[in-house]
Amino acid sequence: MNILYFLIGCSLFMALIFLGAFFWASRNGQHDDVHTPGVRMLFDDDKPEEEKQ
Amino acid sequence: MKSSATSTDALCYHCGNSISGDLYVADDKQFCCAGCKGVYQVLSQNNLCNYYTYNQSPGQQKQEAEQHFEFLNEPKIFSQLVDYTDKNVTLITFYVPAIHCSSCLWLLEHLHKLNKGILQARVDFLKKQVAVTFNHNEISLKMLVELMVSVGYEPLISLQDIVKENKGSENRGLIKKIAVAGFCMGNVMLFSFPEYLGLSSFEHQFQSLFGWLNLVLAIVVTFYCSRDFFISAWGSLRQKVINLDTPLAIIIAVLFIRSAFEILSSSGPGFTDTLSGLVFLLLMGRWVKQRTYNHISFNRDYRSYFPVAVTLINDGEEKPIPINDLNIGDRVLVRNNEIVPADSILMKGEGYFDFSFVTGESQPVTKVLGEIIYAGGRQIGEALEMEIVKPVSQSYLTRLWNNETFSREDSKIKNFNDTIARYFSAVVLIIAFTAAGAWYFLGDSSRAWDSFSAVLIVACPCVLALSTPLTLSTVLGFFDKNDFYLKNTDVVEQLARIDTVVFDKTGTITCPNVVNLSFTGRLNLYEEALVASAARNSSHPLSREIVKWLAVKHILPVENYQEIAGKGIFAMIEDQEVRLGSRSFIAPDSLPSDNSSSVHISINGRYKGFFKIKQQWRNELKGLIDSLKPKFRMHLISGDTSSERKNLSSIFPENVPMLFKQSPHDKLNYIRKLQWSQNTVMMLGDGLNDAGALRHSDLGVAVTDNINNFTPGCDAILKGDSLYKIPQFISHAKSAVRIIRFSFAIATVYNLIGVYFAVQGKLSPLTAAVLMPLSTVTIVTFTNIANRYLAKKNKLK
Repeated sequence: MNILYFLIGCSLFMALIFLGAFFWASRNGQHDDVHTPGVRMLFDDDKPEEEKQ
Repeated sequence: MKSSATSTDALCYHCGNSISGDLYVADDKQFCCAGCKGVYQVLSQNNLCNYYTYNQSPGQQKQEAEQHFEFLNEPKIFSQLVDYTDKNVTLITFYVPAIHCSSCLWLLEHLHKLNKGILQARVDFLKKQVAVTFNHNEISLKMLVELMVSVGYEPLISLQDIVKENKGSENRGLIKKIAVAGFCMGNVMLFSFPEYLGLSSFEHQFQSLFGWLNLVLAIVVTFYCSRDFFISAWGSLRQKVINLDTPLAIIIAVLFIRSAFEILSSSGPGFTDTLSGLVFLLLMGRWVKQRTYNHISFNRDYRSYFPVAVTLINDGEEKPIPINDLNIGDRVLVRNNEIVPADSILMKGEGYFDFSFVTGESQPVTKVLGEIIYAGGRQIGEALEMEIVKPVSQSYLTRLWNNETFSREDSKIKNFNDTIARYFSAVVLIIAFTAAGAWYFLGDSSRAWDSFSAVLIVACPCVLALSTPLTLSTVLGFFDKNDFYLKNTDVVEQLARIDTVVFDKTGTITCPNVVNLSFTGRLNLYEEALVASAARNSSHPLSREIVKWLAVKHILPVENYQEIAGKGIFAMIEDQEVRLGSRSFIAPDSLPSDNSSSVHISINGRYKGFFKIKQQWRNELKGLIDSLKPKFRMHLISGDTSSERKNLSSIFPENVPMLFKQSPHDKLNYIRKLQWSQNTVMMLGDGLNDAGALRHSDLGVAVTDNINNFTPGCDAILKGDSLYKIPQFISHAKSAVRIIRFSFAIATVYNLIGVYFAVQGKLSPLTAAVLMPLSTVTIVTFTNIANRYLAKKNKLK
């Protein structure tokens, strides 16, 4: 059962990674505007021939 | 789409307005004006017609007024406006009120196609902001702004842009704390579970490990996540008041101390799960309460009404300078539609000022040379030269805003939570001490401590801290959908307390945009055609209304046309001399004096009559007044003349006091007088001129037709079309308060059950851990369902 000590350490460590990821996202401003990206992704890509002009 | 080019009921392809009068055509598409057509042509030349595919007629009609952006080339102003700049690249954030649909978003993010110098543009849709990165060697800031104006997205650049505030940081700190609390809660739950299920003898080796891990996490929760509760509780204790955070801080402290004690002495598992869960939920409640709808900015003041720069005249040279650099004695140029930046003397030109923002008077007034013009007036007509007599910071308008009486303490709203928190804390402490005392006298001193801490733990006001913000923010959301925007959740409770409603007249109960024309005099068909042909050349709103009203089909060619700004127009048509304009422009001697603004007409020097513009009441004003009549005392105060008294008395009941020609200070004093006689006053006003009254009233509501326009420091913003819903809003606010009271009753039942166990000193960690989330879930479900049901009952969307 000693393996449990290791597993508990793992689970805590992974949770800490996720917490760190959240902090990183928050500092990057990913939560500042949660509306616009949802609209932006619906736009069509530009047609290639337009790019050449 | 109809093929006939002359159909008059067609809609403009760009802005969607119905096309009246002239038709502009490009690429088989119809436009209402040259402005709309121009924007379309710019877009189609640059392959940006996708703009029109995402939404039907997404544009907005362009304002005709000439714009001057020379000031943007001034290095000093430039550096104050931009967010970042280096040798090549500049980043600037604009506020663009016109943003309203996905097409706007698409076009603004494709600005780089219109000019190579623009590197990137990012839109924040809800805040209506565009962050543009551009190469200032290729495109100047002025050109960038002009480019945006040319496609119909004019950025609003006001004095407020110079003072940039950092708003997001406080909110981010809270979110961080929530994340940490959530992390701790999850792990503590995980480590506490074996304890709930019962440990077999062989698992006992883990007990102390789990205990220690829990304690570490509890330290983080107590000393990092709940710091704000302790700070707030301590602050309020020093002022000798008890707010809601006081009992919360006590509970968190007791929970932590008892858990630490149990874990360190290996006498039990402690209450770390309850502690972390509680803190997590409390922080969530705080976040919900803080989260306001950020598509409306309440924190604007007079600065957002003033321009960034003015044109200074120095030795005959015109030079834009920042408004804060203005000194007494400076000569400035004020063009058509520009605002007088500071109190000044008129030196050159003929002034025709619209002071509606300062005095509420809707008609522009004429000012002659040498007169003092107060800041805030908007010049209509020719460019003027003025000499500054007072710096901006001491002007009438700024003084009005900075006036001590106008600023108010934030604590004017006493909410239910803080009131109840005082009694709550007292009752809980009494029970806790009684229980502890009883056990102590019975000789069981360890139980005394157990019961004392257990009572404090279980009798948690967390429902109050959670259900109130949840209920009120749901209400805020409902109001938001109905175009009624509240500053924060406390305003809802305040709304429920209102017993007196004070109306301002102009712009509040009248419709500023709808013009009601009537013609006094006589015109034959030919003369009508003459007037319409002359008037359609003018961009003045009244001329446009006249063209619409006359609805003449045959437009005659105009030979000689002159427009004298602020006075009228003069045109030669088929050798007929047509004059339209103000009374002094037409100059007949015997005219009845009239209070409402009018347009007079003469043809070949013969007076023909006048168009009278009547103010139109808002829709369903009568219905609104009738439904408010039985429940509220009403008052009407207006800065205007009493010319409308007769009309108003047919709408308002007889006992409503009506006051006219009230200055901003009179309005403020009137509100104060009402409050002295124990009334809770809601003031509905429109603008800056009643800003003092709005601020001083118990609930100041700014009624406006364009919510992006300047809004004074008020508690709520109401869109003009929703004015008639006020009774529904009030009754829903009252329901919300009832919901909060009822959820408090539910919480009390739960608390009594908990206290029953607690006073016996038998509260197990499991009971506490189950009881708390159970009561929370019940209450959250209840408030949500009740809120939705009552919103439907009050006919809110």
